[in-house]
Parts: sequence; C-alpha cells; structure tokens
Amino acid sequence: MSQLYELSARELRERIDRGEVSCQEVAEAHLRRCEAVDPHVCAFVTLTPEVALAQARRWDEARARGEPMPPLAGIPVALKDNFCTRGIRTTCSSKILGDWRPPYDATATELIHAAGGVLVGKTNLDEFAMGSSTENSGLFITHNPWNLDRVPGGSSGGSAAAVAARMVPLATGSDTGGSIRQPAALCGVVGLKPTYGRVSRYGLVAFASSLDQIGPFARDVADTALLLNTLARHDPRDNTSVPVETPDYLAALTGDIRGLRIGAPREYFAQGVDETVKAAVYAALDVFRDLGAKYEEISTPYAEYALPCYYIIAPAEASSNLARYDGVRYGLRSRHEADVISMFEWTRDEGFGREVKQRIMLGTYALSAGYYEAWYGKALQVRTLVKREMEQALEKYDVLVTPTGPSVAFPIGEKTDDPMAMKLQDVCTIPVSMAGTCAISVPCGFQDGLPIGLQIIGRPFEEATLLRVAHAYEQATEWHKRGPAI
Amino acid sequence: MPRLSIEEVEHVAWLARLRLSEAEKQRLTGDLNTILAHFERLQQLDTTGVEGTSHAVPMSNRYRDDEPRPSLPREEFLREAPDARDAFFVVPRIVET
Repeated sequence: MSQLYELSARELRERIDRGEVSCQEVAEAHLRRCEAVDPHVCAFVTLTPEVALAQARRWDEARARGEPMPPLAGIPVALKDNFCTRGIRTTCSSKILGDWRPPYDATATELIHAAGGVLVGKTNLDEFAMGSSTENSGLFITHNPWNLDRVPGGSSGGSAAAVAARMVPLATGSDTGGSIRQPAALCGVVGLKPTYGRVSRYGLVAFASSLDQIGPFARDVADTALLLNTLARHDPRDNTSVPVETPDYLAALTGDIRGLRIGAPREYFAQGVDETVKAAVYAALDVFRDLGAKYEEISTPYAEYALPCYYIIAPAEASSNLARYDGVRYGLRSRHEADVISMFEWTRDEGFGREVKQRIMLGTYALSAGYYEAWYGKALQVRTLVKREMEQALEKYDVLVTPTGPSVAFPIGEKTDDPMAMKLQDVCTIPVSMAGTCAISVPCGFQDGLPIGLQIIGRPFEEATLLRVAHAYEQATEWHKRGPAI
Repeated sequence: MPRLSIEEVEHVAWLARLRLSEAEKQRLTGDLNTILAHFERLQQLDTTGVEGTSHAVPMSNRYRDDEPRPSLPREEFLREAPDARDAFFVVPRIVET
C-alpha cells in the first residue's frame, strides 16, 4: 500500500470518507514527511503542526457526529508565506516583516479553512515574490526535490517543492509574471494562474497589484481543479475581484478535446529555449493531435516586448506598494532612529534584500519626473499591444500551447550575478500576465532527470477549458506519475 | 536614452527612501544601466495613438453600500507595532522644539 503522503487529495478524501483513515492520521503522516525531507528541501518558512492537528481533530469529530464534510476536509494544505494568516507569522520571506502576525486572514486563507483544509505551514518565496528561483528569499534557499543542487523556480518555489516532495498534496501560490507556472514546471507539478480577478487578492501581500493573482499547485490536474473550486469566488473585499460564476472545475474534466483548436506561437520556441524543451512541447502537440485536436503554428510578434514591458510596470507598482514598509506600524524598525526620515531609510536598508532594492529603484526611476512618459507610459501602451495580440490569437484558437520556461531547473547560484539572466526565465509566462488571462503548467517530459513544463493558455475566465485540455493530456501521458527520489 | 549616472541613482534612492552604501550605489548603477539597455527596444515600437492598459480586466468603479461595519480592534494592530503608546504609533521626533 502507498504511504498516505503519496496519495492525491481526492484519494485521501475517499479514504477519510470510507473511514479507513482519520484526518488526524493523514495530518500526522504529512507532518512526519515534512520532518523527514524538509531539512533537505527547505520549502517551509513556518510549520504549523499544532494548527494542523487541531484542525484535523475537528474534522474527525465532525465526521463522528455525522456532520457534512466540506470538499477539503482533512486535506493537508500549504500556503505561500505572502498569504495573511491570522496570528501566524507571515514573512513574505523578507526581513522587513520580521515576525509579523497578521491580525486577519486573507480571503483565500479563510476559504481554505472553511473548505476543511488542514494548514501544514507557510512556504518560502523570493522576497515579496520578486524572483524566479527562490534564491532571493531573505531567509534561506529552497532546493529542488528532483536535484537538491538545483533551484525549485520561483517565486512560489517553496509551495512547488513542498507538493513535489510529497509534503502536502495541495498548496497555494501567487503569480505576477510566472511565479506559479515556472516553479510548477521546474518541480514537475501542476500549477495554474487564474484570470486576473478570478480569485480574491484580499490579504495577499501586494507586489504588483494589476498583475498579482492567486492560484493552486497539485500533483495532478483533478487536484488542481479541486483547490480552484475552493479559491475561485467573488469577494466584495477585493474590488478587482470579478463577479462571474464559478463552474465546477472537476466536472469540466471530460477527457474530450476533439475538435479543439490549438495555436502554437513560434516566438515562444525561440529566444534561448532549450532544444530538449522545444522537442518535449512539440511532442505534446502531437499528443493533442492524436486526441482529436488541431494545431497550427502562429506568430505573435509583440510577445517578445512583454518582458521589458513587465519589468517596467511590475517594479513601478512594487515601488508604490512597498512604500508602506517604513518601520512605523509593523515589522522591522532600525535602531538608527535619530529622526524619522533616517529611521525610514535605515529600516528599508536593513530590511530589504538586493533584488527588492533593485526593483524599487527601477520602478521609482520609471515613475519619476522626466522619465515617466518614456518608460512607464510607454510600457502601458506596449501592454495594450501585447494584450490585444493575445486576445486576437485566442479568438481564433481555443488555447495556445507553449513551453512554460526556456529550460529545466538550473543550478543554485548560476543566474544570481547578471541582473538580466534570471529575468529571462519569465519570457514565456509574462505575456499571459500582461494580458491578464489564465494559463496552466503541466509536466510534459524530462531532461537529465529534471522535469519540463508545458504551458496551456486560455481565454479570460475559461479556466475550465484549460483544466479539461490539461487533464486530457495527463490521461494520455505518464509524466505526472513520476516523483522525485527524495 | 542616456545612461544613468551615480548622481541620478542617488536621487532615485532619495525618492524611494532607500539608504544605499557606496558599494550598493555602484552596483545598482551598473545593474540598472544593464537592465535599461536591454529594455531600449521598447522605445523602437510605434505606439502612436495606442491607449495604455493599466488593468487587465476593464472595470469601472464599484461602490458598496455605505453602511457602518465594525473594523478590527485597534489593539490587534498596535500589538504589531515596533513602538506604540496608548492609541498611537510612536516614531522618532519629527519637529524640532
């Protein structure tokens, strides 16, 4: 029999429902798994065994009383450490937040608790979600479970690694320019970035507010659908949350993609994408064709402008959002406090890491008098061109298929010196973020024992289509069944 | 586009309330120039008459009903402050006496 920690959320739930295992046993099995492997992977900033066991016991009692069990009852879940958790340290992997304990829960946190999810812990990220390897964490580096000398991707590297290493079946991330999809690809798990506005951002610590979006990680598509069912809700506390109906995403997994029209934009197969990655994605396109879909190569020439455009807009928004960290109301305050201005400056010097400072500087510059029109104004206009081009492609095709990123997981330390090397990791994911639409990454092959990710891009609010297509692919392939040896 | 000078970097750091060491100023000047040189191609695109996109989903202002609701207790916020007294956040002196 498989270990409990190897099972999917749906399998765990079936066993709980049949009375074969208690929620407490499920929680204990996952907590023991964390104790065994997290010293090597370092996915968690904070483990919350007391919370997990208390929640698990509560659902065991509910079941014993014959009460209805919500969809995630007894299922272990990890939250990226930029989700506010009431009374539980929330760091954004930044020194500037110190041991901040939020006085409230994020809406996503509340929804997961209400759905019965059992909180195992909070996962590591690039500081304030700025990065693509989790090496920018102000706390420690997370290792890729497939090869501990490699990065897990980022910024949601802790969540992706925790799911890949079987420490939890489900985790949340946030995606601003690829921060769910790219680590999902590098860790060989499924990660979905919903359409902007699909999931409430209330209580998600802000990075770039016009781009940030919360989404699920899991080891297969159906578990991803299960968690999205819980997260996708209109929320009056987030004015950018869109009041659209949430379909049952599990019901969307019909396995049928006959007649589906797929566009494969050739620009995503250029720009330094590894040959092995390209070959894996082309092979996936053949799988889709065998399943009854049609694909055509298309061209989206503005896509290559999305990256510079993003790296003006996101830092500009970040420089404004991060102005709140001043040492007055929460988190770190420097001991150098001769006057209030120098207290601000010293606090921000001591609290922010190198990448965060660089992005605050880039964003402040792009917004400053004399440069605003040339950089920020221009980037907003180019965003329109990128978005329009993607909308036009998605009018003609049901989905677009691309690599998730240009390569498999790279060695720790390889891309930390050149300020552009890391940013180029996001070249395939950023156009989707600029357009504000949805995309999923699923495993589609291996290179030297490291997973390759396939990105499927869908129309706004058509996450159900993404999940249906990804699920059909998954049923026809075996990639998702492999796990790291750890 | 002209290259960013170290004086401009100092000015931007002042705007952003970032205290930078000499070494950080040097490195950031280099990094920012590398990044901006890479992004120069944005300037080559003709965007005449193109409206900017500041949000992915077109939305106008939404209003909620103007009904009083309880807010979170003040003590819970003050508990997280580096320095607080009574109902206030305490900061270093702002005005000379």
